[in-house]
Amino acid sequence: MDYTKDEYLRIMDLADDFEANPNQKLLEGKVVASLFFEPSTRTRLSFETAINRLGGRIIGFSDSNSSSVTKGETLHDTIRMVSNYADLIVMRHPMEGSARYAAEVSGVPVINAGDGANQHPTQTLLDMYSIVKTQKSLDNLNIFMVGDLKYGRTVHSLLMAISQFSNPIFNFIAPEELQMPEEYKIYLREKGIRYYEHREFTDIISAADIVYMTRVQKERFSDPIEYEKVKNVYILTNNMLANTKPNMRILHPLPRVNEIHTDVDQNGKAYYFEQARNGVFTREAIIAHTLNLK
Amino acid sequence: MKDPIKKKLKLKVSAISEGTVIDHIPSENLFKVISILKLDKTKNMITFGANLDSEKMGTKAIIKISNKFFEDDDINKIALIAPNAKLNIIRDYEVVEKKVVKVPDEVIGIVKCFNPKCITNNEPVNTSFKVVSKSPLALKCRYCEKITYENQIVIKKSSE
Repeated sequence: MDYTKDEYLRIMDLADDFEANPNQKLLEGKVVASLFFEPSTRTRLSFETAINRLGGRIIGFSDSNSSSVTKGETLHDTIRMVSNYADLIVMRHPMEGSARYAAEVSGVPVINAGDGANQHPTQTLLDMYSIVKTQKSLDNLNIFMVGDLKYGRTVHSLLMAISQFSNPIFNFIAPEELQMPEEYKIYLREKGIRYYEHREFTDIISAADIVYMTRVQKERFSDPIEYEKVKNVYILTNNMLANTKPNMRILHPLPRVNEIHTDVDQNGKAYYFEQARNGVFTREAIIAHTLNLK
Repeated sequence: MKDPIKKKLKLKVSAISEGTVIDHIPSENLFKVISILKLDKTKNMITFGANLDSEKMGTKAIIKISNKFFEDDDINKIALIAPNAKLNIIRDYEVVEKKVVKVPDEVIGIVKCFNPKCITNNEPVNTSFKVVSKSPLALKCRYCEKITYENQIVIKKSSE
């Protein structure tokens, strides 16, 4: 992600403004192409809701089977064509780096709605908005990341973004096979940012401001026995929240499977559904910022 | 058996009145160097030898191109596969300049991204890397942002 700290703060301010007043006809008379080369229900509906609330019109497709990709058209040609029709492109694509490439060949701005395992910047921005809303600041936060820290792009992008702010502390809770990759730990060490690694998911979360849960996915494990060993270790239950800080909130990019027990849902510290709702305001902010509408 | 070949090669060197001699190429990468510099497409007179004795390298390859002088940006492309290559610029049968190759800060084309899920391996997109380390070589893809390390470097075929 290429945003500076000031741009992050600008998007946060705009999202706050859109939350207070979601229906602003800034996209009136404009057409937005929503190109989902692979299905992603939550991200697409969230974007399309944001576009509708801004008064824009939507063209596009929700999976590549209903696009000319099935006829063998290259991404290059699809983007060149669509950028003649639309004022903005929102794109989800399974190939890594596809978003940057699309932005290079498009005549109109391209918003990356996820390019394979590479980046999902709008998720990061909505995570940050959820954090700033619940913690009133992006500085001095103690953030616990739990689960698949090796392949989870959301935790990597969030780590990079939060590292731009003052005095963060990171705590990584993951099984051996899914621990935070060395490149991110090197990055933190170079920036002098404190981090701690844990294998056990215990009452250490009492120090947390944010607990960011992720799914441990079976297909990530080379050895099924290893998965069986850890699959039930990283489950957050309501009784684990007893000694946590009052301001602590639980985030999860969703969908969850069993890593957050449903008994947590009623706890005031569970924030993942509000987090998903924040996605609409954040995406309105990103669109407005990208097109200089505000 | 090697001596007669060497003699013949020396004759060819002296036959160049104007041009460039590229020395100290790893023998196994001779044809890759030829491909990167597009010498397979040129009409200039070229001679080359491989598996020649080298004190420093064991064996080496050498290429001589008549009436051809390379821009630094072009010649530095071969640094990825021939990091110790040396150039002799020949004018009127004399070596007038010696150059060494330098790993560039950016690598456009030439190398494939190691990541099979990268857009550059799935669409006709030219690769582009930032060199994040020169020794050992590490190339960060402009698109997928993954790092291709020295031992993973694969040179693109000219048709790719």
